[in-house]
Amino acid sequence: MDPDTTLRVDGVTHHLDLDPRASLLDTLRQRLGVMSPKKGCDHGQCGACTVLVDGRRVLACLSLAVAQDGHEITTADGLSEDGADHPVHRAFVEEDALQCGYCTPGQVCSAVGALDEFARGWPSAVTTDVAADPELDDAEIAERMSGNLCRCGAYKGIRAAVADAHREVSR
Amino acid sequence: MTDTDMTGTDMTPALAPHAIGRDLARRDGAAKVRGTAFYADESPVENPVYCRIVASTIARGRAVSVDTGEAEGLDGVLAVLTPATAERLASTSDAELAVLQDDRVGFRGQIVGAVVAESFEVARDAAARVRVEYEVAAHDAALSADRDDLYTPDQVNPTYETDTAQGDMAAAMASAPVTLERTYTTPMLHNNPMEPHATTALWEPDRGAGALTLYDSTQGVHPVRSTVAAVLGLDEDQVRVVCPYVGGGFGSKGMPHANTVLAAMAARAVPGRPVRVALTRQQMFSLAGYRTPTIQQVQLAAQRDGALDGIAIDVVEQTSRIKEFAEQTGVPTRNMYAAPNRRTTHRLAALDVPVPSWMRAPGECPGMFGPEVALDELAAELGMDPVELRIRNEPDVDPETGKPFSTRNLVACLRRGAEQFGWPGRDPRPGVRLEGGWWIGTGVASATYPVYRMPVSTAVIGYSGGRYVARIGAADIGTGAWTVLPQIAADALGVPVQEVEVLIGDTEYPPASVAGGSSGTTTWGSALVAAAEQFRGKFGADPHEGDEIEASVPENAASERFAMHAYGAHFAEVAVHADTGEVRVPRLHGTFAAGRIVNPRLARSQLLGGMTMGLGMALMEDSVLDPRTGHVVNHDLAEYHVATNADVADLRADWVHEDDPHVNPMGSKGIGEIGIVGTAAAVANAAWHATGVRVRDLPLTLDKVLPPA
Amino acid sequence: MRPFAYQAPDDTGAAVRSVAERPDAVFLGGGTNLVDHLRLGVVSPGLLVDVTALTSTEITEVGGGLRVGAGVPNSELAADARVRSRYPVLAQALLSGASGQLRNMATTGGNPLQRTRCMYFQDVSTPCNKREPGSGCSAIGGSTRNHAVLGTSEHCIATHPSDMAVAMAALDAQVLVLGPDGERTIPFTELHRLPGDTPERDTVLEHGELITAIDLPELPMARRSRYRKVRDRASYAFALVSVAAALDVDGGVVREARIAFGGVAHAPWRARRAEEALRGATVSDESFAAAAAAELTDARPQPGVDGGNEFKIALLTRTLVATLRDLAREEA
Repeated sequence: MDPDTTLRVDGVTHHLDLDPRASLLDTLRQRLGVMSPKKGCDHGQCGACTVLVDGRRVLACLSLAVAQDGHEITTADGLSEDGADHPVHRAFVEEDALQCGYCTPGQVCSAVGALDEFARGWPSAVTTDVAADPELDDAEIAERMSGNLCRCGAYKGIRAAVADAHREVSR
Repeated sequence: MTDTDMTGTDMTPALAPHAIGRDLARRDGAAKVRGTAFYADESPVENPVYCRIVASTIARGRAVSVDTGEAEGLDGVLAVLTPATAERLASTSDAELAVLQDDRVGFRGQIVGAVVAESFEVARDAAARVRVEYEVAAHDAALSADRDDLYTPDQVNPTYETDTAQGDMAAAMASAPVTLERTYTTPMLHNNPMEPHATTALWEPDRGAGALTLYDSTQGVHPVRSTVAAVLGLDEDQVRVVCPYVGGGFGSKGMPHANTVLAAMAARAVPGRPVRVALTRQQMFSLAGYRTPTIQQVQLAAQRDGALDGIAIDVVEQTSRIKEFAEQTGVPTRNMYAAPNRRTTHRLAALDVPVPSWMRAPGECPGMFGPEVALDELAAELGMDPVELRIRNEPDVDPETGKPFSTRNLVACLRRGAEQFGWPGRDPRPGVRLEGGWWIGTGVASATYPVYRMPVSTAVIGYSGGRYVARIGAADIGTGAWTVLPQIAADALGVPVQEVEVLIGDTEYPPASVAGGSSGTTTWGSALVAAAEQFRGKFGADPHEGDEIEASVPENAASERFAMHAYGAHFAEVAVHADTGEVRVPRLHGTFAAGRIVNPRLARSQLLGGMTMGLGMALMEDSVLDPRTGHVVNHDLAEYHVATNADVADLRADWVHEDDPHVNPMGSKGIGEIGIVGTAAAVANAAWHATGVRVRDLPLTLDKVLPPA
Repeated sequence: MRPFAYQAPDDTGAAVRSVAERPDAVFLGGGTNLVDHLRLGVVSPGLLVDVTALTSTEITEVGGGLRVGAGVPNSELAADARVRSRYPVLAQALLSGASGQLRNMATTGGNPLQRTRCMYFQDVSTPCNKREPGSGCSAIGGSTRNHAVLGTSEHCIATHPSDMAVAMAALDAQVLVLGPDGERTIPFTELHRLPGDTPERDTVLEHGELITAIDLPELPMARRSRYRKVRDRASYAFALVSVAAALDVDGGVVREARIAFGGVAHAPWRARRAEEALRGATVSDESFAAAAAAELTDARPQPGVDGGNEFKIALLTRTLVATLRDLAREEA
């Protein structure tokens, strides 16, 4: 018997009978037609499937959809309630923080999550004094965004875009 | 030289740049940042089904029986393809594409079956339940330079001579006051685009004689169409290939691989149902091509003032026993530096391994590692600055053919790059700068990449709704074609770029060449310019709705008279941790001479992207093939390390002004590949300067520079 | 991936009963390793019992130390102000592991139970004694660069991949476990096993036992502690070697040291011989190297098709020396 699962995706509620084996990523893409999160590795090794679950960045490929019952899932296509561009969207285009675009929606969600984590005062592996509040410099952004591989090598632009968006949202 | 002072009969008239050269944002950026630009596995089809590959678990032998009973018993399984049940293909001349045509296994990971099912979960489960019984044959998957069965291929990729010789290299080595002979190696490397190779295929038997639609992740829709049509025995007009966006390729999507053929076969097994086939990341390591490992024996013979008497490279690399691919690793040595005596050779070992193929700058990328490190060793030997050593050996004409260069600005790149990087005044001594617990060093290497123009590409330009709409089956693999081609067409038409749209990525549009060899902008751009000129010639400046004309890329007569290459100079700063040996690259700078830059923002991304991939090659990329099994052990992105954001620190690219009236009407040279070419050598040279340890085998992992306990 | 059932019980007792009564049942936590393994075919359970909503997500003060609920995500544990000031080694270890996304998913209870990243273990087309007892170890004689040098057996040379666990081992954490027969507490250093001739068993947990919390004991010296991870890639990579260390120095003499190694054994490796060698030693690179040598006496590097892992001996030694040197400098 399949459990009945309720997923709220980019503001839309879906009631689904799911194969327990289905990942959140495959459910979004194959059942709901939400193609924004990408499948790059399907094993939590690239970050292309990054979405926000209840505002936290996670990997949709390693999440079972049945375990997401009642949770709020946000993809890069649903970051703004009114459908307008999010500051991270605009910064990525302006800084040319992408090439092929395949890792990009995951990068965008990851950037939104990372900025939120930073705003909470979370440290990172490159924070010199882990007990102190970190400063968001280039190395901090790089480390915090390192869970999203980009084979085109747009990292420099990505860091610039995250810094731009940080300036805009914290203004 | 400016655009207007060109003389001569075979000169290509250059466009007056207006849109060209502008720093425009990517046209497809808005869709890509939201994830709404669609890739092959998410193409808009109704009610798709899913296909999953069964891969061989032996490297050589026969799949004598394939038991599909348990798989077929699962609810939702629609078809199981095996060597016994799969359709017979019309052409099996390309063994890589002869999917399921017999029971022979030529490498581990080869397709020996496939399951099509209503859901992805069922397809995956069913594929795991297909039982394959093998007759195992002894395999051979170990490359070495002293094998006794190395052979000489007829030519190297794409059509270069296998071996070349000028003068007497042996005599030069015997007589020159300074000689150097070293062996360098580069490992097996995998392209690993972020988008796994994928196809959505639909076979509609009732449409005409039958119609096949492939949404394929490819660098060239037309090459896929012609290949697949021939393999399946269809007319090309029965096959449509669509690919508006590609999630990277770097060569691996340049030629269709077995997965695309399988997708077509699977679709024909379930007529009327679109079938989605995406390789897993693990399968990408056996089915999507890779760069062969190379063993490079380099010889340099020099005068004390640095002038080279001779340069030679003897290359050993691998191919697959089922299909030959011969990487042209020795080719850049043929014309990089002046030297009267020269030898380049290529020898292959045919192994029971997956089929190698194109990976970003095949030939130039691995082939500039050995020689550029050797030059650094020579510079140290001579007590000469490595930048000056390269400048000392700058040729006046192409040393191989004697042709003049259309433009050659390697020296300008070296000088400007050195200035930008802060090279002047560098202390040449290795292993003397310890800063904050890190050994610091700097290094330089040159880069080159040829200007290729493909012979086939056609563009249509029409006037519709007050706008110019061009169509050409080109591909944007992240290179920026969606943005750059309108810039070219706008200047060719003499209108603002906003009034031009260029549609690409569909065989419904006129045929275009593959996005490979850094040839896209040259080839497609030249076709667009030809079409624009003819459009204006026929319809004038004030066309009517529906006016339309088609034109093809012309031959470039100048390519017979001139040697045409882009050049670059890479500068790296490397830090090696004094305790742990960890190797990091705090600074990487590239200066390039690549003709006119069509869009600086996108060009910089291309160059930085190439350098980033080169950084990965330098420090960490290494496909470890276990010769006992014939498979790449680290076949995923956790263990095949590509550079992360944190690996890239201060990364910069710029370019020297270069007007080349001979290459094409835009005056542009390709920039997609040159960024990777010299990076690894520059990093390795910098690591030596930091530590005094000369690493000749990539990747430059910490164990190679770690002092004893 | 074979079909399985999914349950989300109401409390931990029910979850434990559900798993205990079915041999093919497993707990589902953050899923970052289990879902990976389901997809690879490494495991094929018949039932997944989801405990993510059941185990505590609280970090509470207990007797001068901290009790960390098993459901606390790695990211929140690393961000906790008390952990950052009182156990920096733990915060650093957590932050050096995986990526921001994975740290948001992975839990305190699940992290120590992640399985080896040995590529042969993860590839069901190659023999592996851990996955299929008796089938043979493919890693021995194969690609061994990432493999163990301490505590290996002829049946398995895999390493434990967790960073967090290395810090926990150094801190003498205690693992609170709920099983079908009630609760028990296991010292963290005794949670993981060496492979011996049963490499299929990673830990001493019995089927149906669920980690409910991990206690970090009061340890003032841990305020000056650190985690040093060495890897090929600057981020998002498993350790080649790692060192978790805390040092108590008085007048240039080591009073006490806490040391654990990662990336070198089937378990997070508490370096008691090194600690012993350091007790009363003067602060110097030579003493630190001697401590490393004491610990590495029985180290057995592996040859391999990728050059093997002999370098780990020098690397671990040098990393330990550097880490202790830095800590001693902090103390001064």
